[in-house]
Amino acid sequence: MTGKQKRILWRIVLSAVLTAAAAAACALWTLPTWAPALAYLPADLLIGYDILLKAGKGIGNGQVFDENFLMAVATLGALGLGDFLEGVAVMLFYQIGELFQSVAVGKSRRNIAALMDIRPDYANVLVDGKPRRVDPEQVAVGTEILVNPGEKIPIDGVITDGATTLNTSALTGESVPRQAVCGDGVISGCINLTGAIRVRTTKEFGESTVSKILELVENSSMKKSRSENFITKFARYYTPAVCAGALALAVLPPLGKLVLGLVPSGQLWTVWQTWIVRALTFLVISCPCALVISVPLSFFGGIGCASKNGILVKGSNYLEALASAGIVVFDKTGTLTRGVFQVTGLYPAEGFTREKLLEQAALAESASGHPISQSLKEAYGKEPEPDRVEHMEEVAGHGVKAVVDGAPVLAGNLRLMQAEGIPVAQRYDQGTAVYVAVNGQYAGCITISDVVKPTAKEALAALKKSGVRRTVMLTGDAKAAARQAADRLGMDEVRSELLPADKVAEVERLLEQKKPGEKLVFVGDGINDAPVLSRADIGVAMGALGSDAAIEAADVVLMDDDPAKLALAMSIARRTLKIVRQNIVFALAVKLVCLILGAVGIANMWVAIFADVGVMVLAVLNATRALKNK
Amino acid sequence: MKKTYRIEVDCAACALKMEQAVKSTQGVKDATVGFMTQKLCVEFLEGADEAQVMRQARKNCKKVESDCEIYL
Repeated sequence: MTGKQKRILWRIVLSAVLTAAAAAACALWTLPTWAPALAYLPADLLIGYDILLKAGKGIGNGQVFDENFLMAVATLGALGLGDFLEGVAVMLFYQIGELFQSVAVGKSRRNIAALMDIRPDYANVLVDGKPRRVDPEQVAVGTEILVNPGEKIPIDGVITDGATTLNTSALTGESVPRQAVCGDGVISGCINLTGAIRVRTTKEFGESTVSKILELVENSSMKKSRSENFITKFARYYTPAVCAGALALAVLPPLGKLVLGLVPSGQLWTVWQTWIVRALTFLVISCPCALVISVPLSFFGGIGCASKNGILVKGSNYLEALASAGIVVFDKTGTLTRGVFQVTGLYPAEGFTREKLLEQAALAESASGHPISQSLKEAYGKEPEPDRVEHMEEVAGHGVKAVVDGAPVLAGNLRLMQAEGIPVAQRYDQGTAVYVAVNGQYAGCITISDVVKPTAKEALAALKKSGVRRTVMLTGDAKAAARQAADRLGMDEVRSELLPADKVAEVERLLEQKKPGEKLVFVGDGINDAPVLSRADIGVAMGALGSDAAIEAADVVLMDDDPAKLALAMSIARRTLKIVRQNIVFALAVKLVCLILGAVGIANMWVAIFADVGVMVLAVLNATRALKNK
Repeated sequence: MKKTYRIEVDCAACALKMEQAVKSTQGVKDATVGFMTQKLCVEFLEGADEAQVMRQARKNCKKVESDCEIYL
């Protein structure tokens, strides 16, 4: 508890004691009529002086209708009518409720802060080979720092000495440690587990991953959800409306009775008094705190819960949107697949061996920068000898031509073979097919495919289960290969042979097919898909650890590259939204019922106090559930 | 031009009031109050004197909610 909270607590305790004493005194002795007022006065002033002051200041500043005003009117009204105990109780319970709220909110704020406790406190800078602790903010780019086992990596950099395993769970939610050796890039926020490493920093602290993430999470609640905006608007009309209602309740019914001649002579004051009491009850019930506090608190909890699982949500609005995702569009490479191409099939033509086929293709492609050349090289198993290759020429969109060991070799797609007039014995459809011809004769085909992530299939099933209507895959792959991959994953639809620029158009077409209220999610790996990420209702970047561009462009960032996290993010979003709705409906319903009961005189001040403080306490407790992951 | 300030405010309804007060300050284009993070994010109009605008914004906030604070 903070000092402020402790002071309030003392005031509550003392005031409760004073109230009890006053109540006992009034019950035990017969006192003159002026005595109870005096007996309860210290308790009331002790507990309520700040509220009364604030209400006074508010009126002075033209801010009449706030909760301080509501409470001040209620307590003064009750005192004025001679209900001293109730007058004090209103204030007492109001303050207890406020204290509880302040403690609960502070607690969940600290909980979430602890979840995101990845801020490093120091960096060990090597000066003349000796480590010295300094503030990470003062470390320049290119400085050598030492990270001991058990310490956090303070700044992004590259390992220059040593090897270790890193715990990335604070960033990704992934519990399996990651290996890192000399030459590897390391990301700030990871915990060094096993060995001391030296790291040459490649960024300033402010530009490092850890700072970016902290900034993102802290600013996430600035982007407000529709529910929050609704509450803001609601509160703006609600309080004045309720005050007007209370005033009407205090004046109109007795006046009406008077006009109709229903008031017995001499009893006007008694009749009027009942209605004033009802109006005061009405005021106490109406306090909008429960609503106003619980909605942002729920969203904050939901975002905190997501961050704990390696899912960064950039705003409450995105969390809200995620809950009504109807169409999920995946970019294939890098999200559903690893984005690593491997040779998966060798189909030599007659007269060629598998080894020969692979060798010819690897050599012909050796000077190309295309990812296919990398995969071929890997499968080939040794470094292609550059002096065996001459006249390498890339034919854009087709493949390569080269002279290998003096013989002309072609390696590329079907179109290349057709353009060169080489008959192809059989077509291959899985992944990317590289057809090879040597000396003008067809030598065979090598298929290269991207490796599908192990969790991709389950992830799609989970999305379907959580209410996603359509799943669509976008890919640059050939139609048949794309279809096959989509079927294997359980994807509803596939759009194939797309150039990067086509993806935006495709997403726009899908956006038009949305049902009302439905949201479109695009999931990409954050590389080259910034336009699509921003065009979709919710752009999700996957495996974005260390990629600043993706963190900037996306609305939701999955820190590791597990597609199953998307389904988890959706379930957290749905749960949060459910809690928000429960709170709104519950608080409004209880208030409405109590307001009606109060107006007709069934609900007394004690019911009113429950409707105010009790509902708020329940709403806050419910909201803190959003933080917990099932 | 956007800037973030640390604030202190006790209740969510008061945070909403602060937000309105800052928004209506001359020289402020837009403002958001994060009640949970206790932060105020202000977007200034082109050419506004930030320090002066924020002093006024703070005054306006104190008017609507005497118990709040903006750390400038």
